[in-house]
Amino acid sequence: MEQLIDWAFIVGHVNYWLFIVLMMTGLYVVVARGNLVKKIVGLNIFQVSVFMLYISIGKITGGTAPIFPVDLTGHIEPDPSIVYSNPLPHVLILTAIVVGIATTSLGLALIVRIREAYDTIEEEDILKIEREMTAEDNKEYGAAMGGRA
Amino acid sequence: MIETFIEIGLFAMLVFTAFAIVKTDRLFAVVMLSGVFSLLSALLFVALDAVDVAFTEAAVGAGISTVLMLGTIALTSRTEKKSSISSPLPFIVVLITGAALVYGTIDMPNFGDPMAPAQQHLAPEFLQGSLEDVEIANVVTTILASYRGYDTLGETAVVFTAGIGVLLLLSGLGRRRKDEDEEDA
Amino acid sequence: MHHHHLILRVVTKMLVGAIMLFAFYVQFHGDFSPGGGFQAGVIMAVAFIIYGIVFGLDKAEQVFPPWLVHKLVALGVLLYAGVGVVSMLLGYNYLDYDAFSPHHPSHGQHWGILLVELGVGITVTGVMVAIYYAFAGRPPPMKDEDW
Repeated sequence: MEQLIDWAFIVGHVNYWLFIVLMMTGLYVVVARGNLVKKIVGLNIFQVSVFMLYISIGKITGGTAPIFPVDLTGHIEPDPSIVYSNPLPHVLILTAIVVGIATTSLGLALIVRIREAYDTIEEEDILKIEREMTAEDNKEYGAAMGGRA
Repeated sequence: MIETFIEIGLFAMLVFTAFAIVKTDRLFAVVMLSGVFSLLSALLFVALDAVDVAFTEAAVGAGISTVLMLGTIALTSRTEKKSSISSPLPFIVVLITGAALVYGTIDMPNFGDPMAPAQQHLAPEFLQGSLEDVEIANVVTTILASYRGYDTLGETAVVFTAGIGVLLLLSGLGRRRKDEDEEDA
Repeated sequence: MHHHHLILRVVTKMLVGAIMLFAFYVQFHGDFSPGGGFQAGVIMAVAFIIYGIVFGLDKAEQVFPPWLVHKLVALGVLLYAGVGVVSMLLGYNYLDYDAFSPHHPSHGQHWGILLVELGVGITVTGVMVAIYYAFAGRPPPMKDEDW
């Protein structure tokens, strides 16, 4: 009789699903919350979950961190019995983290400028102010532009 | 076995922290929780053998980004305004996206599988090369600076550009020019 | 003005040196242990940021003036790109570190990786400190007491 639940498959994939839960939490914060700082925090959660997904792809069961053992003079003493996890995802994610903080800081700087221009960092309020400004422009220049400025 | 329990425990804490971030509307607490989230994820990276990544995440995510976010809320506001409209649309979007992603993982090899395609081609070559051509113990450093040197040059350029962008947005340059214009006028 | 937080000030004075030393360790020991230019740059920047937070932006800018920070931001990228240009002038490919020691390619690799990581570290330090100065130099809309 065929097994109803494939436990090996579930144990092998539950990691990925948990990462996806975290990722979607981040996405929810970005989509549903109006506060711009909170959106950036949500973006960070999303980003870190993607990093975890990448790193978990490089993990080998029973493996260890990809650093060779060295003797006291710094010469490598290779030991073929050690299994190393895949170092390539580590490199990609390491640089991605630093680029991530650089872009995050750019986003935060934009938020500071938005606060200075609109005196709010709530998406709804900003849209309302924008609409009011458009309506005023319409009143002032609307006739010249055929009713729609 | 013990590793699995540690990972599950860390996951549980990460998920709790993420949900707390969704629920809280005091931005100071949100920023602190995001620091906690980064630190927990650094622990998870250690459990997944990525010590360099864990180091970076602990220094950058829990350190610098918390400082910058605190600086931002000091310059903007302390609390999040409750949204007047509550629509189920974001939840549906997230649910559909999540389901699509889970569907995508079904083809993936099992977690920790040494025969997975990702472990087969480049990784053994890099490990061997680091041992023979470069003779540096930390393989991550070898790949970062030597094998993928172009990539890292690009990343450095991105960090440089982002720094210039922040300076243009926030430092006195713009204000000074405005002052000069006013003096001219 | 900054006469409160006595314990924080004393502890910070003791920590700043240790943090910088750790940054140099991470920078130059990255060949053998976790670490490298990116992490070292961030840790070095943290030393200046913690000094700025506790003692005020003016004191931090006296120690590490903004014009110097802005020069360092560019210097790191130029150092990195310059290593590639030098290897090209020596007749090898761009960023091929074998050029620095043709008889002992692995020695050349060590030199190249050291210089390149140094470039990364300098740029990251400069960018992080510059970003902190930019945020901290903005006038806040509220006073500290209103928190």
